Amino acid sequence: MTTTTKPDPEQKLKAKDYASDQEVKWCPGCGDYGILKSVQKAFADMGIPKHEVAVISGIGCSSRFPYYMDTYGFHSIHGRAPAVASGVKLANPKLSVWVATGDGDALSIGGNHFIHMIRRNVGLKVLLFNNRIYGLTKGQYSPTSEQGKVTRSTPDGSVDTPFKPLALALGSQATFVARGFDIMSPHLQTIIREAQAHEGTAFIEVYQNCNIFNDHAYDSIVEKKIRDDMLVHVEHGKPLLYGKDLDKGLIWTCNTLTAVKIGDFDEDLGREVTLEDIVVWDAKDPNPTLAFGLTQLREGIDPTPIGVLRAIEGPKSYDTMVHEQLAQVQAKKPARSIEELLHSGKTWQV
Amino acid sequence: MTSVESPGSQGLKKEVEVLDEAIIRFAGDSGDGMQLTGTQFTNTAALLGNDLATFPDYPAEIRAPIGTLAGVSAFQIRFSNFDIHTPGHRPDVLVAMNPASLAVHIDDLKVGGVLLVNTAVFRKREIQMAGFEKNPLEDEAFLGHYRVIQVDLNQLTKETLKDSPLDSRSQMRCKNMAALGILFWLYNRDMESTFDEINTKFGKKPDVAEANIKVIKAGYNYGETAELLQHTYKVEKADLPKGTYRNISGNNATAYGCVVASKLAGVSLFLGSYPITPASDILHTLSGMKQDDVITFQAEDEIAGICSAIGASFAGRLAMTTTSGPGVALKSEAIGLAVMTELPLVIVNVQRGGPSTGLPTKTEQADLFQALYGRNGECPMPVLAAATPSDCFDMAIEAFRIATKYMIPVMLLTDGYLGNGSEPWLLPNVEDLPEIKVEFRTDPEGFLPYAHDEKTLARPWVKPGTPGLEHRIGGLEKADGTGNVEYSPDNHFHMTKLRQARVDIIADDIAEPAFMGDRDGGDLLVVGWGSTYGAICGGVNLARKEGLKVSQLHLRHLNPLHKSLAGTFSKFKQILIPEMNMGQLYTVLRSEMPAMNMVKMSKVMGRPFYNDEIHAKIQEMIG
Repeated sequence: MTTTTKPDPEQKLKAKDYASDQEVKWCPGCGDYGILKSVQKAFADMGIPKHEVAVISGIGCSSRFPYYMDTYGFHSIHGRAPAVASGVKLANPKLSVWVATGDGDALSIGGNHFIHMIRRNVGLKVLLFNNRIYGLTKGQYSPTSEQGKVTRSTPDGSVDTPFKPLALALGSQATFVARGFDIMSPHLQTIIREAQAHEGTAFIEVYQNCNIFNDHAYDSIVEKKIRDDMLVHVEHGKPLLYGKDLDKGLIWTCNTLTAVKIGDFDEDLGREVTLEDIVVWDAKDPNPTLAFGLTQLREGIDPTPIGVLRAIEGPKSYDTMVHEQLAQVQAKKPARSIEELLHSGKTWQV
Repeated sequence: MTSVESPGSQGLKKEVEVLDEAIIRFAGDSGDGMQLTGTQFTNTAALLGNDLATFPDYPAEIRAPIGTLAGVSAFQIRFSNFDIHTPGHRPDVLVAMNPASLAVHIDDLKVGGVLLVNTAVFRKREIQMAGFEKNPLEDEAFLGHYRVIQVDLNQLTKETLKDSPLDSRSQMRCKNMAALGILFWLYNRDMESTFDEINTKFGKKPDVAEANIKVIKAGYNYGETAELLQHTYKVEKADLPKGTYRNISGNNATAYGCVVASKLAGVSLFLGSYPITPASDILHTLSGMKQDDVITFQAEDEIAGICSAIGASFAGRLAMTTTSGPGVALKSEAIGLAVMTELPLVIVNVQRGGPSTGLPTKTEQADLFQALYGRNGECPMPVLAAATPSDCFDMAIEAFRIATKYMIPVMLLTDGYLGNGSEPWLLPNVEDLPEIKVEFRTDPEGFLPYAHDEKTLARPWVKPGTPGLEHRIGGLEKADGTGNVEYSPDNHFHMTKLRQARVDIIADDIAEPAFMGDRDGGDLLVVGWGSTYGAICGGVNLARKEGLKVSQLHLRHLNPLHKSLAGTFSKFKQILIPEMNMGQLYTVLRSEMPAMNMVKMSKVMGRPFYNDEIHAKIQEMIG
């Protein structure tokens, strides 16, 4: 159901109003701090009343999130946040319900709930803190750790093939898919605001640094000096350009997205690339093929897409449909008294 | 037993024997419609004012290969002119629609009982599949034990429907109705209510309705015309307490109880569930009750079933989950979460044969230990058990009464025998139903999420969306009062004791267990819980008629136990505890009251106890 929470700038809530009185206990330098700040700032900007927010989490470093938000919150059990949150949203669709989860919580132990939440399109907003490591259990590889990763449980390197969370979400028929960074707060806040406005499940993958067990995980793409060349900002209606001078971009040839430099000769095109060749992003395209194409770009070789990849309009959320169905039945059949209920079947007198 | 003369339809004199009770077992292939036939006979018996009890016994396979022993499905009904508690043991009449069903059930048929067989499928192949060396219907010695009615039901059906517009396959589906018609004749039943029901059910398919009714009539007339037996029978109305009745299965009673609890509390119901035999009917029934503001969520798995319910409870709905033993195993971590977060929740376990996948369609009561102890940490919760199909209604209400009053998850145990079995239910007066008082906290003044009420030790229930009461809960240990995460040794010990105390004090707020017999004491007290109630009642009654000093006590609250138990037990020389497990309640009671002279009695066969088994055991002990 569309969240009825109307942004109310009159209230002028500040980011710190969303902070609980609890001391934040993440390791100093953890990327989670940045995400917490971004969420609090975005909520303040939108003016969402605190009592209309519920933050639901599972288990893991990221899942301590609710304790630090002065909203309603529920720190549940490992992997089950989407299920708990689905119950909350179904019980009260007016709430703005956020799920805070991690790569282990959402994609390993909670994989089943994750895909089913998305396919149902429950009106939940999901922040997946992806640090590609198990932090709270002290440094084992996670389902998003790169192949070959040496961790405490993979001393000779992991042979597991990692998940691409955005591809998994798209494969689960997600209606909203986005990616941001812990250290790029204004960008992440924009995504959070768009997620809040989305009707169904809004899935946000946040690349987050664990400075204890997997430090520098994203340095090769997000370091300030190289960022412009390694990240491509995906924005609806705008061409997929990147590079400091926006002289590079992505073209769609041979059923794949290819990184090119404008002016360079491209073999598939058989000519020099022009600005017109660059894909203009349509986040509202019901066909997820191009969005899926973005998730398949090779990290470190191709630019890594960030921003809102998909935000399709139209599909109703699961909770909206459940409550519409309730209302339809109730319009035809009024609620029964206990007496009427008990006598509703075939009865007889003795 | 008396005999009366009654005029037959053609003016012939026919002997009608009046019986106090009768037991009929319908058995056939899974596709033969035996459950439906049995249910139809049941509905008629109910409307005619008999007391009754039923026992559907169907295979786990939806459609095992036709004609196999594995594919046999059965439905037993016992109906009577007096108050009965069980569907009985050995049938007076066995309907065997094929050789396999004969093979599976013939040993139970009383010697001299009526055997109705459909001769159409007693062919070489089917007979071999059933494991007979030769056709039992050609075995004089075998036939001599019973009064056998041999009818080609296929032929009877085909001839009856020769002008029907239905295709031959659809026609053949009506052959169970021919058997039903013969049974109606045998027991001189009025068929109008059955016809009404068929017309309602197939309202949109008048051809089907007409065919079914025609075939029932044909069966009835065939019985009468062919004078299949010299006697027919009559079972008069039972002398039941006055009031309005409806027939109800345990699973439907559970569903109704939960909805009524929601209406008593004024809080809408939420069910999070994953389909599992034999509990799914509760999900089905509640799914059809949207008009009563019930939300049902068929989750992706058992864990999501309970977790969504926990989420809904947090958000201020009356929440529940339904499952069977394997599902409870999956839900146990989440049950711990509900205990820790002090949220009201009802978990219904319709028990089945275990361990593991076990016997999905067969009954057992071996999940008591799981209910009491099956969680990590010190994790006490109230455990209730229903005694009869209609008692599921009362216990569902009781479960929600306790859950909301004490802010605690409650486990309600029923089982396949109760869930699928049915009985006439005297509808309660609404004024007599218990009060369920729910108050959501709205006042921010002095609010602490884990402040505990002095009397009930319940914390406040707050609906998210309430201004000024924002708070966080979770599975980590909480500080009493603030609810903040707190690991200190003293607080953990304090909270552990508090969670136990909240269960313990409920002992002062529950009804005394049902007792039948001599309060002063005697030679033997038979103590049961759950669905063994009927069989124990029957067995104890038989023994008491013989003058044995035996009484019955039945537990519906298994945690906490009622405080009167030790006092009652001490008045009896011996305590017998029959259970469909290896002695779980026995073990619990032994640890509570080690000085008592207790004897266990186990039956773990996927079948309920029978009156005569309990009776025999009583005789053995004190006879």
